[in-house]
Amino acid sequence: MEVLKIATAGSVDDGKSTLIGRLLYDTKSLTDDKLEAIARSSKQKGYDYLDFSLATDGLVAEREQGITIDVAHIYFSTKTRSYIIADTPGHVEYTRNMVTGASTSQAAIILIDARHGVIEQTYRHFFINHLLRVKDIIVAVNKMDLVNFSEERYLEIKADFEQLAAKSDYKDQNITYMPVSALKGDNIVTKSENMPWYRGDTLLHHLENLDTKDVYNKGQMRFPVQYVIRPKTDEFHDFRGYAGKIYGGELSVGDQVVILPSQTTTTIKDIYFYDQKYKSAARRSSVTITLEDDVNVSRGDMIVKVNELPEIAKKFTAITTWMCAKPLQVGALYTLQHGVHKVTAKVTAIHHKINLDFSGKEENVSALKMNDIASVSFQVNKPLYFDAFKAHRTNGAFILIDPQSNNTSGVGFIQ
Amino acid sequence: MRDKLQINALENEAIYIIREVAAQFEKPVLLFSGGKDSITLVRLAQKAFYPAKIPFPLMHIDTGHNFPETIAFRDKLVKELGVELIVRNVQDTINQGKVKEETGKYSSRNALQTTTLLDAIEEFKFDACIGGARRDEEKARAKERIFSVRDDFGQWDEKNQRPELFDMLNGQIELGQNVRVFPISNWTELDVWSYIEKENLEIPSIYFSHKRQIFMRDGLIWSASEHVYREEDEQIEELMVRFRTVGDMSCTAAVTSQATTISEVVAEIRASSISERGARIDDKRSEAAMEKRKQQGYF
Repeated sequence: MEVLKIATAGSVDDGKSTLIGRLLYDTKSLTDDKLEAIARSSKQKGYDYLDFSLATDGLVAEREQGITIDVAHIYFSTKTRSYIIADTPGHVEYTRNMVTGASTSQAAIILIDARHGVIEQTYRHFFINHLLRVKDIIVAVNKMDLVNFSEERYLEIKADFEQLAAKSDYKDQNITYMPVSALKGDNIVTKSENMPWYRGDTLLHHLENLDTKDVYNKGQMRFPVQYVIRPKTDEFHDFRGYAGKIYGGELSVGDQVVILPSQTTTTIKDIYFYDQKYKSAARRSSVTITLEDDVNVSRGDMIVKVNELPEIAKKFTAITTWMCAKPLQVGALYTLQHGVHKVTAKVTAIHHKINLDFSGKEENVSALKMNDIASVSFQVNKPLYFDAFKAHRTNGAFILIDPQSNNTSGVGFIQ
Repeated sequence: MRDKLQINALENEAIYIIREVAAQFEKPVLLFSGGKDSITLVRLAQKAFYPAKIPFPLMHIDTGHNFPETIAFRDKLVKELGVELIVRNVQDTINQGKVKEETGKYSSRNALQTTTLLDAIEEFKFDACIGGARRDEEKARAKERIFSVRDDFGQWDEKNQRPELFDMLNGQIELGQNVRVFPISNWTELDVWSYIEKENLEIPSIYFSHKRQIFMRDGLIWSASEHVYREEDEQIEELMVRFRTVGDMSCTAAVTSQATTISEVVAEIRASSISERGARIDDKRSEAAMEKRKQQGYF
């Protein structure tokens, strides 16, 4: 079955968790025991309605404070496909979690409270989804019940968002607008009777009809070698297979390929998936390949098709999101992980900080604080084989690991 | 040779994760309970490394109160795979005086496993433990990372987790720390069963409908056994049941069922209106039962 990964973004109290709870409830994905637990907790809190946010806020602190702290993953399926929703927190200080959620999603729901309209947080949420090249954006204007289901109000908010979207340089992004009430269920799974003026799809209907082939980003074929398989058994005495996942394009037996960084040319001999051999494999397949020639390949190397070489360089600039309390500073050393390839990186310059409201940049920055996004230049000790993030979502991104704490401290999108 | 390979996204992801474990860690282990999720993991690991053998051992933390059917199944599978099986017993941890057996009506060895597990991790210096936990099982698990770092005391710091971006898994740790790895994080119960059906995997007989001696408590069906405390007024009956999840006998309730094949089990789960962990007695202790156990080092 197809899987569609979606992220949600919204400010505190925009009703993200309620929206997800409503999706689960209306698609009958909540089992009786979970519903009972929600009913019990709602009653304890003195609500006269079912508080669906209780279905997703999993940590004690979250339930205490009534907010979402960490990314939660929620699963439901329809006859069409399976859905994975990353419910990400809306607070400013959790921007890093929003980036995390968006990095694995093909679609994003941005919630706007109809009473408050487009606010600073909305700019930030849209900015992140544009930066991370999330293909499909759904702008859900929520709490329409609290503005008397006013078409005028909805159109006003839509026009504000369109102004914001006009500033984006990601023109292939699909943006869809819809007026909803997550609490009351309007336009989530069933069409709202309160808003006859809205002729578009319900949220679920829209999600059901997204083409998952289209929302996965394509590019040239990249095969980062994850693991070398040497069974050394009698039957497979000379077997040397290279295990990895195919990104960007397809791979076929007989393809002429180049091994990076050695730049040796050879041919794909076999493509194995478990004990079967295949003529070709689709992108995103985890396979094991063998090569015609006895060449030296190890983890971190990359196999690409001839005439499709990526950039090979030791210096590059990347839009970097900082995710760590300890600031990023010029001259500092980090472990840079690009796919499965690790190198040592030195920060050579911070060019400018990027305002998350598309209003421009801030020059003369000496360090990056948590949740800052900036243009940063790096130098690495061994060459990287990369594509620009805009051309290749997976081969254009890397993470920075603090060598002292081992924490994932930042993420870069190569320009 | 077959035509074009099109495999499902969840299987691809899991294989990728398992390979990352073998590549990034020195002493990984696969935690094997004999339940359906760990059986699925074993198949995924076979696929990840074929034609080589799985490059790490399996480990079972045996509470001593397991269903005998599960243990028999475990031993048979390990023999077929030709991999090493490590067994560590909760009974030994009790004998060493490190934990105390619970008493009373709801006594269970489920929570005691944590100490045995942490001791075994230290004994073998394991730096990565692969487990079959899934995010859809329970809401604290929904917050879990795929590579989840545990400190020197095996504890989970839920508010300070590493961000996981794209496919990049950061397995860098300090000596003494370990990482719990959950390759089937994104699978649902139905995904697991559908996979077992598609792969035609053998599973312990208790997953299928069978006649069993049971008693009723709190609306749940408990197995009657010497390992399960029973009040005098709790009458033993015989019923056709099966198990949806397999923990030890003191924490797993049965469901009534007529399903005798995997396809019947899949059909039953599709139609079910109760969640999988609805039959887990250990989760009923409190709303935050799982989160608390996880902080202490439980899987």
